[in-house]
Amino acid sequence: MEVHLTTPLKTADLEKLKIGDQVYITGTVYTGRDAAHKRLVELLEKGEKLPFDAKGQIIYYVGPAPAPPGKPIGSAGPTTSYRMDPYAPALLDVGMKAMIGKGPRDQTVIDSMIKNKAVYLAAVGGAAVVVAKSIKESKVIAYEDLGPEAIREMKVENFPCVVANDVYGNDIYKAGVEEYKR
Amino acid sequence: MREINVKDMIPIVKKLCIDANYYIGEDVISKIKEFKEKEESPTAKNVLDILLENYELADKEQMPICQDTGVAVCFVELGQDVHMVGGDFTEAVNEGVRQGYKDGYLRKSMVSDPIIDRINTKDNTPAIIYTDIVPGDKIKITIAPKGGGSENMSEVKMMKAADGIEGVIEFVVDRISRSGGNPCPPIIVGVGLGGNFEQSALLAKKSLLRSLTEKNPDPKWAKVEEEILAKINNLGIGPQGLGGRTTALGVFILSKPCHIASMPVAVNVQCHAARHKSVVI
Ligand code: SF4
Repeated sequence: MEVHLTTPLKTADLEKLKIGDQVYITGTVYTGRDAAHKRLVELLEKGEKLPFDAKGQIIYYVGPAPAPPGKPIGSAGPTTSYRMDPYAPALLDVGMKAMIGKGPRDQTVIDSMIKNKAVYLAAVGGAAVVVAKSIKESKVIAYEDLGPEAIREMKVENFPCVVANDVYGNDIYKAGVEEYKR
Repeated sequence: MREINVKDMIPIVKKLCIDANYYIGEDVISKIKEFKEKEESPTAKNVLDILLENYELADKEQMPICQDTGVAVCFVELGQDVHMVGGDFTEAVNEGVRQGYKDGYLRKSMVSDPIIDRINTKDNTPAIIYTDIVPGDKIKITIAPKGGGSENMSEVKMMKAADGIEGVIEFVVDRISRSGGNPCPPIIVGVGLGGNFEQSALLAKKSLLRSLTEKNPDPKWAKVEEEILAKINNLGIGPQGLGGRTTALGVFILSKPCHIASMPVAVNVQCHAARHKSVVI
């Protein structure tokens, strides 16, 4: 199924998603990789506020290439998600509704998605120019010192991804492999 | 004796860094098209189409194929009749990398040390440079940017001779099975057999410089490559790990003699963004 979603995400919309659905996102996504996640979770542990309001938002695991002249962003495909597994549940607990990345998640993240009614979306790793074309604006909002790993707020239009984990605990990385292995 | 000024290498390395990151090899494109024909999963077919579209867009928009423009791995075949003048060879390569990554708007992905500080060096240096001394008076330079996602799925194992070729095949297939969608399949699997601990890893990396349209010149290894490839594609991992019949586009083996007590096996995983460009000076 093809689904168009706009941010902030609503639980009712996410409940309709199933693994394998092709999703196009329009609105805002926040970016973060390992180093930024570590800092975000440290803030939460200290009881401090995040640099953005997480409610209903999407975090995209990406460290983009620099923007060439005249473009809002450089190549910007997903990075491997398992490195964010230790941090992801804490962000879902404060209202984050979706994560975009590539590759499977561990069971603690999947359990947290069920509990918080959140989803994990897979973008195509290495299809970094295709993704960049859907990003219309991008600005660094925190941790500038981290370079490509800084947190950015991006405005996206029809950002393409596939539902990899739905709110019901289904996992395309397991189901897909089961279907096609011999 | 031929004199080559190291400063002349700076613009060459710079261009190699940019070209390698913007333009995918024709061999990757033709292999992906070939596998797409046979692919059974509609999701997988769609992913392969997106990859093909991405290579085209990267070329047209003059942008890197992938945002992870990698560690700049540099292979140098240095003719023994060349005399390098004009400065420090390693520094010249690094300067080429520095300029290429800056002017090509490539991502800077190197940190100063692996654990304690991890501070970005901001210019993607240092490059990782391997030099072989060869006959002649030419220099061949290859730049092969290597992304972290696929590199992280690589492994060296010191196996026993008693494990046999079946053991080797099992290890390689299992390594790919455990990697799942992480290394951005479809992948290319580089296998280094023999030598010692570090040589096996280097063989695995060097094997990845082969073109996907070239067969292994040794029929014995060509057969093993085919067997491993078939087994890997039967895992069902598929493009991006979403399920499908296209997990690997090729398996490349390089082997060397080894010690009577050893059988090192290295697997270096290469994502579909298999980038390498060479120049002979
Ligand atoms: S594994 Fe390859 S294609 Fe995937 S993000 Fe890394 S460099 Fe890019």
